[in-house]
Amino acid sequence: MKITLNGREEILKDGTTLAELVSLKQLNIDEVIVVYNCQLVKKKSWPGTVLKENDGLEFLRFVGGG
Amino acid sequence: MCQRYDKFDFDSFFKQVTDAGIKRIIAKNRLTETDFLSLLSPRAEKYLEEMAQKAHRCTVQNFGRVIFLFTPMYLANYCVNQCVYCGFNVHNKLERKKLTRAEVEREAKIIAATGLKHILILTGESRRESPVSYIRECVEVLKKYFTSISIEVYPLEENEYVELVSVGVDGFTMFQEVYNKEAYAEFHPGGPKRNYRFRLEAPERACRAGMRTVNVGALLGLHQWRAEAFLTGLHADYLQNTFPDVEVSISPPRMRPQLGGFPPKVEVSDKNLVQYILAFRLFMPRGGVTISTREPSELRDRLVRLGATKMSAGSSTAVGGHSASCAQTGQFEISDKRGVMEMAKMLYAQNYQPVYKDWQTL
Amino acid sequence: MKDVLIIGGKEVSSRLFLGTGKFSSHRLIPEVIRATGSQVVTVALRRIDPEYEEENIVSYVSGECILMPNTSGARNAEEAVRIARVARAAGCGNWVKIEVIADNRYLLPDNYETVKATEILAAEGFVVLPYMSPDLTTAKKLVEAGAAAVMPLGSPIGSNRGLRTRELIRILIEEIPLPIIVDAGIGRPSEAAEAMEMGVAAVLVNTAIATASDPVAMGRSFKLAVEAGRIAHLAGPGETHEYAQASSPLTGFLRD
Repeated sequence: MKITLNGREEILKDGTTLAELVSLKQLNIDEVIVVYNCQLVKKKSWPGTVLKENDGLEFLRFVGGG
Repeated sequence: MCQRYDKFDFDSFFKQVTDAGIKRIIAKNRLTETDFLSLLSPRAEKYLEEMAQKAHRCTVQNFGRVIFLFTPMYLANYCVNQCVYCGFNVHNKLERKKLTRAEVEREAKIIAATGLKHILILTGESRRESPVSYIRECVEVLKKYFTSISIEVYPLEENEYVELVSVGVDGFTMFQEVYNKEAYAEFHPGGPKRNYRFRLEAPERACRAGMRTVNVGALLGLHQWRAEAFLTGLHADYLQNTFPDVEVSISPPRMRPQLGGFPPKVEVSDKNLVQYILAFRLFMPRGGVTISTREPSELRDRLVRLGATKMSAGSSTAVGGHSASCAQTGQFEISDKRGVMEMAKMLYAQNYQPVYKDWQTL
Repeated sequence: MKDVLIIGGKEVSSRLFLGTGKFSSHRLIPEVIRATGSQVVTVALRRIDPEYEEENIVSYVSGECILMPNTSGARNAEEAVRIARVARAAGCGNWVKIEVIADNRYLLPDNYETVKATEILAAEGFVVLPYMSPDLTTAKKLVEAGAAAVMPLGSPIGSNRGLRTRELIRILIEEIPLPIIVDAGIGRPSEAAEAMEMGVAAVLVNTAIATASDPVAMGRSFKLAVEAGRIAHLAGPGETHEYAQASSPLTGFLRD
């Protein structure tokens, strides 16, 4: 299935969960902030969130800024 | 706003004002309320010249070497109030009159011929004889002759101000007479004018209704002048802060002899008047200062360079007084009897320009 | 009486706010924070770039600090609001610096969108510190919109050109009943001191510290400068006379 991640198209296996995707991208689960279809999703809900066709995802983190 | 100073001990405050404090205040750019009060203190009298130099520069920078001229037109002197200090007091025996349309037109023609474009119209308080509809009618006539019309009438409701603004009134004058509540009650024993609050809040209603200029003031001589000057300044500052787009000005009228012969309770010398104007100028650099013909010519000439921005000329405080044929009793005795041409001449001699027209609503 | 800075109901211990962008390494940040003594520290929210390994900034900011995410990247109010909500939901506290910039040449903020974002976020309980171009009318609207402070720029972000807008900032100090915090453009400790002398409540410094050869030392210098400026302001500097005494008296006639 096709989803949008950080503004770019990604092709994923059907039934992939958020938790699986985070792990796939080798992201530090303590740092990454996940915004799923414009809603922030807390870590504990990642395993239970199954991604669907055309979902929009943002993986964010806090960085230095003025 | 006035409530804060209801029980204020002005005398104690004045006692602790220091020379160093005053010098510091004069050098400041933005004065606080307390600074303003300090400049009104007896101690500050020593520094009148310094205040004057700065006030003069400030006025020139903000307004130019310019004095704006206008004249008052009394439309009607029917009045139901009993203000003890006023010639139109309901108990006073004088001919009560109100101008007809034709008479308004005649007065207007005479005044317009002098070159003035801004007019201030006045009435006594009588909702029967000079109701809003009457005032409105007069404005319709005056619109043909003047580009700016201000009113100085009894306090109205906001919707009434809206109505008058819609027919062309753009300025508003309302003197609280006395800001001190107890003293106010003393001087207004009867009539609707007894309502202190309604009068105090009139300028705000007028501003909300869309008036472009507002002029407030206390009648000097009724109550301690330093306190009254202070509260006038605060009122003006409050209006400016609340309605940033309105041009706010004050008048410092001193009591004059009038029918009924009520004498001033407090003496306000020329020096006092000058101190008031200078302190106000430093407190509100862009606030207007209107000086009427209550003041004698020699003093008015001096006030041109001491912070005045507006002056009346060719005044009469009688109804229909501009048409020479009416020899009516006025609201008070005028001092400076000069007409527009003479005032202009005086101003040119001081290297100032008289202005007759400031703007026009399109 | 103690001189205290209170923003959004919270007592802030340092009048030097620190930005964390542009540092050569995040590892410097804890030491810089120690040197500046800053309590309020700004961070930004960004998409993770899998190709670029960057450590989480938050771990470098001590727990006593107030973390203030900025909405940098937002080009309008809607984007700023979204960023603020995400940051708060991610556990960043409820302080937010609104930064709405649609100008890539000078990085000047959009005052109008900033007011809009302030209104929305203040209503949602955020402690809003809007970054703006010093304009009195905008500042008044920010007060009405519920801002907790007003943050006018001294000069464009990163320019290090100091208080070019000082006259306008002066007006804000005189007219706006909220803490005025100069944010952007302060290039030297002396400029921070000058801002504090004028009477601002605090300054936010980033580029000048982050890009100094020795950021820790520069941080310390800024700390001292901010303290010096504040003390001077409270001590009441003597008046400056613009003009010498003039020649002809205006009030001589009163003495006759």
